[in-house]
Amino acid sequence: MSASRPPPKQRSWSWRSQAFRGVVYQVLALAVLFGALAYLLNNTFANMRLRGIQSGFSFILQPAGFAIGETMIPFDSSESYLKAYLVGLGNTLRVAIVGIVLATLLGTVVGVGRLSRNLLVRSLCSAYVEITRNVPLLLQLFIWYFVLTELLPPIEEALQAGSVFFSKNGLQYPLPLWERGHWGTLTGMAAGLGVAVYWSRVAHRRQESTGRMPPVWLPGLALTVLGAVIGWLAGGAPSGLDIPEKTEINVVGGGSVTPEYLTVLLGLTVYTAGYIAEVVRAGILSVPFGQHEAAASLGLSRRQELRLVLLPQALRVIIPPVTSQYLNLTKNSSLAVAVGYPDLVSISSTALNQTGRAIECIAMVMACYLTLSLLTSALMNLYNARSRLKDR
Amino acid sequence: MMKSLPRLALGALVAAATMATAPAHAGKTLDAIKARGQLVCGVNPSLPGFSAADSQGNWSGLDVDVCKAIAATVLSDATKIKWTPLNASQRFAVLQSGEIDVLSRNTTWTLTRDASLGLHFTGVTYYDGQGFMVPKKSKITSATKLKGATVCVQSGTTTEKNLNDYSKSMKLNMKPVVFDTQEATNKAYFAGRCQAYTTDASGLASVRNKEATNPDDHLILPELISKEPLGPSVRRGDDEFFAIVKWVVFALLEAEEYGITQANVDQMKTSQDPVVQRILGVSEDTGKLLGLDKDWAYRAIKAVGNYGEIFERNVGPKTALKLPRGANNLWNKGGFMYAPPVR
Repeated sequence: MSASRPPPKQRSWSWRSQAFRGVVYQVLALAVLFGALAYLLNNTFANMRLRGIQSGFSFILQPAGFAIGETMIPFDSSESYLKAYLVGLGNTLRVAIVGIVLATLLGTVVGVGRLSRNLLVRSLCSAYVEITRNVPLLLQLFIWYFVLTELLPPIEEALQAGSVFFSKNGLQYPLPLWERGHWGTLTGMAAGLGVAVYWSRVAHRRQESTGRMPPVWLPGLALTVLGAVIGWLAGGAPSGLDIPEKTEINVVGGGSVTPEYLTVLLGLTVYTAGYIAEVVRAGILSVPFGQHEAAASLGLSRRQELRLVLLPQALRVIIPPVTSQYLNLTKNSSLAVAVGYPDLVSISSTALNQTGRAIECIAMVMACYLTLSLLTSALMNLYNARSRLKDR
Repeated sequence: MMKSLPRLALGALVAAATMATAPAHAGKTLDAIKARGQLVCGVNPSLPGFSAADSQGNWSGLDVDVCKAIAATVLSDATKIKWTPLNASQRFAVLQSGEIDVLSRNTTWTLTRDASLGLHFTGVTYYDGQGFMVPKKSKITSATKLKGATVCVQSGTTTEKNLNDYSKSMKLNMKPVVFDTQEATNKAYFAGRCQAYTTDASGLASVRNKEATNPDDHLILPELISKEPLGPSVRRGDDEFFAIVKWVVFALLEAEEYGITQANVDQMKTSQDPVVQRILGVSEDTGKLLGLDKDWAYRAIKAVGNYGEIFERNVGPKTALKLPRGANNLWNKGGFMYAPPVR
């Protein structure tokens, strides 16, 4: 490399110098960009002043004054718009994170299924991919929602198993109330997890010295659960439950999975899984068949082959496009408002209507999605860097 | 860099906002309408009785007739209107940005809206109140029995806040499920997702009549939990056009008070009553003061009839909505409708 280094660049302040022209063009482009931005901003604010439209973010600490149907953190209408936005963001995350996990699982299964030797499995998976990718997501959401709300039993005839109810209100179940003793549970669980991680290290070391791999996953899970149970007992075994109750007209209380949440989750999962399936299929196909033969000749089991040889190579192809699918899923969750799920956009449009601060409210939503997307990409890039082909 | 991202986002938005918006022409709305040959009117796409289009694209309803009256007044032709169907959360932005001339879309007049959204309400065309609708089979007959109920609401309205206020003050702990369109709200309610549907009582009557398989299966509860004065609004910064819209509605009310109807408006021109003569521009030229001609009110009445006729034709007891005249009767017949004199 070092032998053919180009000669050092000559700096010359002449129009004939390519470097100089480049600098001039870039400065010009930036000036035009910022000029246009400044013009637009100035124009907007002047227009708004002229028409008496009030602006600014002062509204954000005022009481919101509206209730939110389902929340992860408790919310009262006398709390601020900022808190309402956080509740909306929480709801968006709740659907996006679970959706990403489920879509990845389903997408992988379908993607592998498309390569199956079984004709039925292969064609079913192909049909799935074609249908989900070619019907607009909004329509899919509507279909899910109206199928769900029509099919579920009415509240009066709610299906009941103990304190678990299933009706047009969704699934309602008892939820442990947060008590101080639960800190013990959390601590115990963390301790159990720590021991489990230590055990996995020990197991790997033993495999390297003896060639035998002791079981890792099952004991690990058992250790974590055991830790949690011991912690829970140490914390005084708090047993307060929020149990759903049937009133005259409704079922109230407890934790719940509403039809709205279920619709958005199902819709996003099924839709995105179609895309992920194709990415997974492409990833697997990108690994040459010789790799399989090489792994087999080394005496690796089918599972080891998949885990140690095929997957690491396929992942390099899979991760970047799957990252965009995760971003899409998160952003598509903004369609939730169409089926009544109180996500970020839904909360924001209510806030917008009550305060009239359109630019501010939309800017906040944009900033939230941008942050979420950048965070997701950053995490996925980290993972990508770890699984990338390493020069040794 | 991170710090400047929201600014960038703002800029992009502003770009979108300003492209459609040349700087405001104070006092030029009327000129713009005349030059265009069309009044652009923002309406509700699906609230039969107030505004809805039939299969041929002909709009009708109380809110629609207000627009027709304005078009008849300023353009001498009630058909020269471009209808812009709007959902609740778009309506103000569209008016602010100048895409429509007048918003006539069952919109509640409140202080926040009047003072901070860059618009002026011109008056009240329908005195309404928010109510609840429930399926009859639920046996609920009073809103106070809605404890813990799930309630379907359309977003972007004053409704959410009223619901919350009522739920809190009566300790009902109701749960809203908020949809962004009227259609989705209707579907969810009629699929049984919610125990109750809340919006303005007139809206409930309209929805019940249009969407229910059997309107008699649903009951509108007697409690009205809010005051909802509905009326048209115009953009700020054009006092002349504001005055025109305001006085067109007043003229329709005056016409009813003095017995001028769509049918008799031509004969009334020869009436000896000085008030009627003034309204119809036979004696005094009131139109000149508004920047119009003297027949301005005559044309509005000729096009859509007086306020009473508009009410009876669109939402009154003989229509599918069967709304009683009630608070919307004239002041001298027990209602709130009172127009300042046209003189």
